Amino acid sequence: MSTELLISIVIPVLLIIVGRVVGSNVERRHYESITAREARFRHQPALSTKQSDASGPVRSASLATGSVVVSVDHFKRFLSGFRMIVGGEVRSYSSLIDRARREAVLRMKESQPNAHAYLNTRLETSTIASTSGNEGIGTIEVLAYGTAVHYDRAP
Amino acid sequence: MILTNIDSVPGRRIVQHLGLVQGSTIRAKHFGRDFAAGLKNIVGGELKGYTELLQESRAEATSRMVAQARELGANAVINVRFTTSSVAQGASEILSYGTAVVVE
Repeated sequence: MSTELLISIVIPVLLIIVGRVVGSNVERRHYESITAREARFRHQPALSTKQSDASGPVRSASLATGSVVVSVDHFKRFLSGFRMIVGGEVRSYSSLIDRARREAVLRMKESQPNAHAYLNTRLETSTIASTSGNEGIGTIEVLAYGTAVHYDRAP
Repeated sequence: MILTNIDSVPGRRIVQHLGLVQGSTIRAKHFGRDFAAGLKNIVGGELKGYTELLQESRAEATSRMVAQARELGANAVINVRFTTSSVAQGASEILSYGTAVVVE
């Protein structure tokens, strides 16, 4: 009886607590790193248009890609379970997807760090299913890709 | 080989369009990686094993597309797109496609 209780209650609760503590810590550090790196690339914009208004003669163009796979922690997964009952925005998941998108765009920029602009930036999101059924819920891949261009003169 | 995802190669003139080229690959996840990712799932955050796996497959799909373009005699592929679809539990297909062109 007590072993059953341990397996059915204590372990999930423990996982949720570990998820809460470590997960929020990881998230905070990740946001700090994202903000710092975004500041560094502020003058090399990722545009969703095909032409930049600063277009001078272009010296070179090439494809830049960046991708990341992220998953939510157990605490957020637990919270979202409640949210599914009442409906509304699932905030705990929004922050995850926001982090993933910004990270993917940063990696795209970091793959060609000297470009002046990234034209026609596309974001592609796909969910990743696990081999073991439902375990994969909350795991997504975000891919960012665009055309990195160098102008003859820096804009 | 120049790849872009806009409908031209900035700074170059397109001389000839050679048509659609594509490359795809279907990858299954490695059991060990899946297990490690399951553990990482508890605390959330990036699953580096999967990131690498998908990057490798995307590079593979792209190189197949480039090989096809080279066969046609192209020196650039424009309007490149990537898509991902899950074919079965634990396996995903990555497709990359674009238009092969000859630029000056």
